[in-house]
Amino acid sequence: MRWGVIVFPGSCDDQDVFNCLKREMGQKVKRLWHKDALAGQFDCLILPGGFSYGDYLRCGAMARFSPIMHGVVKFARSGGLVLGICNGFQILCEAGLLPGALVRNVGLQFVCQQVYLRVEETDTAFTRGIGKGQLLRLPIKHGEGCYYADALTLERLRKNRQILLRYVDPKGKPLPSVNPNGSLENIAGVCNEARNIFGLMPHPEDACSKLLGSEDGLRIFSSIAAHHGAGEKRHA
Amino acid sequence: MRIKIFISLKNGVLDPQGKAIERSLHTLGYGEVQGVRMGKYLELDIDAPSRAAAERRIREMCDKLLANPVIEDYRFEIQQESQKSEVGGQRSEN
Repeated sequence: MRWGVIVFPGSCDDQDVFNCLKREMGQKVKRLWHKDALAGQFDCLILPGGFSYGDYLRCGAMARFSPIMHGVVKFARSGGLVLGICNGFQILCEAGLLPGALVRNVGLQFVCQQVYLRVEETDTAFTRGIGKGQLLRLPIKHGEGCYYADALTLERLRKNRQILLRYVDPKGKPLPSVNPNGSLENIAGVCNEARNIFGLMPHPEDACSKLLGSEDGLRIFSSIAAHHGAGEKRHA
Repeated sequence: MRIKIFISLKNGVLDPQGKAIERSLHTLGYGEVQGVRMGKYLELDIDAPSRAAAERRIREMCDKLLANPVIEDYRFEIQQESQKSEVGGQRSEN
């Protein structure tokens, strides 16, 4: 499987994603500079975390106009798998590839901590290897991770089962007290209607080995790899 | 033409900064203050053949980049060379 990690000026988790895929999972992965046109064949593109363009104006607002984004939008619209992590999630929302927006944390503080997440849906490439309702322990680190969508959009997200991850307590309850940033309905990650684009605030790439305290992040990347493998078999 | 653009959060979008500012004002004794909302203010010069053309271009810029329609509204003022300020722009309500 061929993975591409897009590097914007100010990205800072691209190397972590690269290491996770290459070193921990032995995958074929290429880093792609934002100023280049998207060239080559890829099965999954990842927009990593960081502070693209210094978060000027709004997080992700400028990165969405980087030259490579033409190719990313085309790839996504034709059904290619796209994963946006943290700043990558913000960029996908700004680009209109995912619904809603990420605004300043309700507590105004940058949050940097481990959280529990409940997997809400499993009929996506990103979560198919994880049981419904299962918990993941992943780190978050962001200042603008408060998920917002208007009432109509939120209703649509629920109806189409596009909410893939929620912040929960260790028992799996999405209580307000464990909502780290004020996100509506404790939402930590959503996908598009076609279920091939997924954005999340937590960092699966930073929970990919025992050394880092959790291997739960691998389950998301393994899901994607398994989904791709199954597709290859179907086409063979 | 000199353009002044005002970007504000839509109703219903949380504004924790506004809330913090409001609390500070209360602490300072301005208890009568309510509903503080913080926005953004931009100024720019634009070379346009007419006022209508400038308006069209500014609207485009706001929709594309300067404001995020999911969370923000905007309005703008066009200031002619004469420094006379006129109000233009739009407020999308939803």
